[in-house]
Amino acid sequence: MDVILKLLSENARLKTKDVAVMAGKTEEETRAIMAEYEKAGVIKGYHAIIDWEKTERQLVRAIIEINVSPKRDHGFEEIAERVARFNEVESVYLMSGGYDLAAIVSGKTFQEVAKFVSHKLSPLESVLSTSTHFVLRTYKESGVAFCDDETDERGNASL
Amino acid sequence: MIRYDDLLSGRVKDLKPSGIRKFFDVANEMDGVISLGVGEPDFKTPWSIREAGIYSLEKGRTWYTANAGLPELRREIAAYLDRRFHLQYEPKTEIMVTVGGSEGIDACIRALCDEGDEVLIPEPCFVSYDPCTRLCGAVPVPVRLKAENQFKLTSADLEGKITPRTKALILPFPNNPTGAVMRREDLEPLADFLRDKNIIVLSDEIYSELTYDGTHVSIAELPGMKERTVVINGFSKSYAMTGWRLGYACGPREIIGQMYKIHQFAIMCAPTTSQFAAIEAVKNCDGEIAAMREEYDMRRRLITAGFNELGLETFTPEGAFYIFPCIKSTGLTSDEFCEKLLYSQRVAVVPGTAFGESGEGYVRVSYSYSVDHIKTALERVAQFLESL
Repeated sequence: MDVILKLLSENARLKTKDVAVMAGKTEEETRAIMAEYEKAGVIKGYHAIIDWEKTERQLVRAIIEINVSPKRDHGFEEIAERVARFNEVESVYLMSGGYDLAAIVSGKTFQEVAKFVSHKLSPLESVLSTSTHFVLRTYKESGVAFCDDETDERGNASL
Repeated sequence: MIRYDDLLSGRVKDLKPSGIRKFFDVANEMDGVISLGVGEPDFKTPWSIREAGIYSLEKGRTWYTANAGLPELRREIAAYLDRRFHLQYEPKTEIMVTVGGSEGIDACIRALCDEGDEVLIPEPCFVSYDPCTRLCGAVPVPVRLKAENQFKLTSADLEGKITPRTKALILPFPNNPTGAVMRREDLEPLADFLRDKNIIVLSDEIYSELTYDGTHVSIAELPGMKERTVVINGFSKSYAMTGWRLGYACGPREIIGQMYKIHQFAIMCAPTTSQFAAIEAVKNCDGEIAAMREEYDMRRRLITAGFNELGLETFTPEGAFYIFPCIKSTGLTSDEFCEKLLYSQRVAVVPGTAFGESGEGYVRVSYSYSVDHIKTALERVAQFLESL
């Protein structure tokens, strides 16, 4: 894996200067490589990882299992893209196993999410069935633990 | 009234209490410290290794092992040393599992030295070689490493130091505290110099896996050197297993056989749980080592650039997880620098003098910390330098 991608995937706010030093490249080279990644769609965006439970924002999320009937010539692509277009949908995955698509959906309340599923998602032509699982608590997200504040137990100095 | 002073061993009483102790006590008790002071990995032992230790406890494997260590562990260590460093040792007679690298160092020096013998100790270096030598009644002979050689040991440094009483040369590379590494081209002239001398090289290679821009070369690999070298290695640094206290010594059976006696009577055997965990480590965790090394490598570049930018001249270390910046430009001694930095900015680094007199003018900075932690510390060091 490219060191630049590794570093940015862990902390997108690193200064280009620091990324460059750690990758063993010049700042100009690094900037050019990052621009190239952005242009080629390798880097899709830079997000903060937020524990919304600690904010004012009301947020309810659910993982929706969706069974669909794939379309001739389009497979799952068309319906997956349709599902992805909704603002309520954070992520969509094509799955192996017991169902076809998994969507992560968010809303302000349980009712809002339920309403989205019953009014917007289920009625879609290719959707055969859905199964909604609400998220009760987040323990880890994008590699960041939400639950335990780990302290460095090593002390401040040793030989 | 009991007179302890009459009872205690003169050799032990004469050991200098580590001068650094007071500083460490202050640093370790202070709150809000952004430390760059520790000498151990920030990673946790990879889970599969911890799991192997836990499993051995579940199975009730809580007895002693063979004195020299579990036979399977010794076989796997032999396979690992061959695979990684092209070293061939016979598991039954040439490998002994020890309580950390430290025990191996102590046992080796004790196996070699009588009263008045001499041990060559390159400085700055880890703190145990000197006292272990003194406890045998032997004489530590410091060999000052030079900044202009990036703190590598050259045969010129040894010129005139070898006497009929010289028993051993300590070769502590990759080096704590400097991060210096001896590459093959550095080792070869040294081996040429040593080959016709009747002395043993105690090669402390505990940081061998933390070698950057190339792989570690053991002096024991060079022609004619295996028979005159005892290699000390272990699990602490490479697998982030400091607390498990497990290392090993490899060398000629004539020496390992004598070290074995000391180990047998003083220690019995290394911790059994740790030995079972270590089998998993040497067998299946080359990938884990590589991942940690890559992480250290990135931090190494960040912190070296950071200190150089602050005007504290730092050569790029090639091993371990320390940099050794020169602080002479501040006009402070190492001790003053560290104390002032700790009190004014709450950043802990270790004075170079903790590793021998030749560490004066330098400080040891550890980068076994997260990138964010290192960056915060760098900001504080910058503020400190401005305040001078």
